[in-house]
Amino acid sequence: MASGIKDKVAVLGMGCSKFGERWDASPEDLMVEAYNEAMADAGIGPEQLDAAWFSTHMPDIGVGRAGMALAIALRLPNIAVTRVENACAGGSDAVRGAVYAVASGACDIAIAVGMEKLKDTGYGGLPTATVGTYIPQWYPNAVAPANFAQLASAYQRRFQVDPKLLKRAISHVSIKSHANGAKNPKAHFQQAITEEQCLKAPIIAEPLGLYDCAGVSDGAAAVIVTRPDIAHSLGKRDLVTFKALQLATSNGWEMHSNDWDGSYVHTARIAAKKAYAEAGITKPREQISMTEVHDCFSITELITMEDLGLSDDGQAVRDVLDGVFDADGKIPCQIDGGLKCFGHPIGASGIRMLYEMYLQLNGRAGARQLKDPSIGLIHNLGGQPSQNVCSVSIVGREPG
Amino acid sequence: MIGIVGHGGYVPWLRLSRRTVVDANAWYAPQFASKAKGTRAMVNFDEDSLTMAVAAARDCLGAGEDRDHVRGVYLASNTLPFVERLNAGIVCEALTLRDDVEALDLGGSQRTALSAVSQAIARVKSNNGGNVLVLAADTRKTRAASAQELDYGDGAGAVLIGNKGVLAEFLGAGTVNVDFIDHFRASGEDIDYHWEERWVRDEGLSKLAPKAILAALETANVKAGQIDHFIFPSTFARIDRQIAKTCGIKAEAVVNTLSESVGDTGTAHGLLLLSLVLEKALPGQLILLAQFGSGAEALVFRVTDAVRSFRPAKGVSQWIGRGVEEKNYTKFLSFNDQLRLERGMRGEQDRKTALTTAYRHKSALMGLVAGRCEVTGTVHFPPSRISYDQGKPLQDTQKPYKLAERRGRVLSWSAEYLSFHKSPPHTYGQVDFEGGGRILMEFTDIAKGDIASDTNVEMVFRIKDVDERRAFTRYFWKATPIRSVKPAAKTAKE
Repeated sequence: MASGIKDKVAVLGMGCSKFGERWDASPEDLMVEAYNEAMADAGIGPEQLDAAWFSTHMPDIGVGRAGMALAIALRLPNIAVTRVENACAGGSDAVRGAVYAVASGACDIAIAVGMEKLKDTGYGGLPTATVGTYIPQWYPNAVAPANFAQLASAYQRRFQVDPKLLKRAISHVSIKSHANGAKNPKAHFQQAITEEQCLKAPIIAEPLGLYDCAGVSDGAAAVIVTRPDIAHSLGKRDLVTFKALQLATSNGWEMHSNDWDGSYVHTARIAAKKAYAEAGITKPREQISMTEVHDCFSITELITMEDLGLSDDGQAVRDVLDGVFDADGKIPCQIDGGLKCFGHPIGASGIRMLYEMYLQLNGRAGARQLKDPSIGLIHNLGGQPSQNVCSVSIVGREPG
Repeated sequence: MIGIVGHGGYVPWLRLSRRTVVDANAWYAPQFASKAKGTRAMVNFDEDSLTMAVAAARDCLGAGEDRDHVRGVYLASNTLPFVERLNAGIVCEALTLRDDVEALDLGGSQRTALSAVSQAIARVKSNNGGNVLVLAADTRKTRAASAQELDYGDGAGAVLIGNKGVLAEFLGAGTVNVDFIDHFRASGEDIDYHWEERWVRDEGLSKLAPKAILAALETANVKAGQIDHFIFPSTFARIDRQIAKTCGIKAEAVVNTLSESVGDTGTAHGLLLLSLVLEKALPGQLILLAQFGSGAEALVFRVTDAVRSFRPAKGVSQWIGRGVEEKNYTKFLSFNDQLRLERGMRGEQDRKTALTTAYRHKSALMGLVAGRCEVTGTVHFPPSRISYDQGKPLQDTQKPYKLAERRGRVLSWSAEYLSFHKSPPHTYGQVDFEGGGRILMEFTDIAKGDIASDTNVEMVFRIKDVDERRAFTRYFWKATPIRSVKPAAKTAKE
């Protein structure tokens, strides 16, 4: 058994651009915005960066392939830049690369930047991704809302949930995120919504309406990581350290066997279990202060509470409606508004989640600051329920 | 004895209401007011002559695994998707037939299917065995506010010709070849050009069809008055009765041509009606099937005692019985490329097909052949070298395993309005197959509420995508709900 990543690497600085419909900003502008904040926060210069990881999902409408785009936008001093593409989990995977590089001793200081420029397509929602030459010949020309909406039909089938009750519960997920997003000046959507608005919104993919779907946004986020001793030598105190970084990838079992019932995300359960073990968490419901999860759709967040063990199987509907995951609940979820309201620039989202945990743990989250959080969990999912990459990361205060 | 050893057909699920069409066009074409009766069969957005031919073939051949008895596939149609690329060859792949089957595309006239039957009989005779599957299908494009739009229908027919287990013995044929141009369509054109109806009726059908019919009766050594079922498809009302009278065939032998419900399915209509007649025909009865087009062709059959031993998988009567009335005229126009609807930017997606990939995986794509692990019994679609079995990934243990004739059950689904789709909402989900296997696939021929978790489904061969830039159609399988069908008796009165 590997010794794991726990407390071997700390955050030195972070930055995050304003998310949203950034008609004003080019992809390069977004990267610079996040980078400037992170570098100022870290208090270092570019020459101190040993290597970079760059997450971006859709090169065709963004900045092209490979790592040059980041190096050129930030005029990095010819250091290694690895482009990471792992669907919507790319941001977390870029962090994993940077953290592992530092933990190995190969680098002293590394940066991970995630960026997506989605609003140059000319239409709302995600652009259609290319998936090679074979899959389009048999697989439906599917869109994300319908892939994730299937969680709802399978969940209903498994737990015999009244469809109206489930719709109310997923509406509550979105109402909560909008309420949180209203307190976040960097969020894409900053207005509260009502249950009536949710229930009456046009259907995008049965049973998901407009408010069950996350925003499609432009944005970038950056994190600079180093070893705790180096951070201390640079004058940093009260560090946020990585407790666990786990990533699980589907191997086709869910998609092709008859064993998976479609009501949960198999990889999320595997990644969560490994992350809890790596972080030494035995009672997640007691020990985790807050979560940022991959709420690409309201139903995803609901079933994720079960995948992470924060709700018992079949009980997330009740827990959500009881407000367990609200800002004033036991384990607040998406305190920054989540993908739903902060926005979802794909390659940046995993790093944006980390950004919120970092602010909260440092007491710098402004109007939405939670009281004395100690452990944050980040769940970042790429792909679709039946075939995906799922990252679960845990961060917390430096052991004192 | 050589003759028909199997038969089947296909009528698409959708039936366009003629009233809807006539009312929509009344401002422009009030002359069609009297045609506002009944329905015509129309293909769904993902059907064409090829997919209908496959459906009719499956209706005829049934769900059995062994199709090696089929030694030839003759596909008669004037509306096949490809001018070059053997359409019958695609049918063979969909039916998972052997690659030494004789496959032919035939076209050129409305009577081509009957010519194909004659050729099939000749082949069986000369080869002394092996069955030949004759398929006919048409989806004829028509202009809005034309008579053909109301008269035509889409459909397919199938007969299997052989010399073992003959249901209807072939007795004789008659042919008349005359370059009588009632209508024509030049290569590359979509829609037929027609000459005056009265001339076509009086100089064409009335004079040429009886020649072929009388020739067939003479070859068959059958008297016209003995015919029990006279099948003569035509869009001219009562012409079949008039020709029967001319030839001396009993008026009560004239078979209803389904103009009220299906419409005239062109090349396919003779075989479609023949299959419907064979569902009910009694041993010893005589059938005369004739079709007009660049002359005329006629075939005579005698029903044998074996006729009761065969049932198509569903049968034309059931296909007719399960139809639903379609009252959206613009849907018909859109599906038939007569109305260009706004697609939005998502409709701009390139649907180019990598032909190398298509060929490499043709068994999975065209035949819906999965891989079944010989050790664990688990089914994999698409087939793969390494099995997915958790913790015991076996390698190179999968053998071909056909899924097309197996039923499935819906595990999860959704219906979305986001992607460009010709018939929204685009509905897809995970289907678990009886006996194992799972595919996330599209659903078709559905109305709101037809798909839910645990809905039982069956497979249909359909258009997957059309690459309009390169004019290439690709095909795959979709799931459709297994429908309980109205009893055949109800529709037999047609």
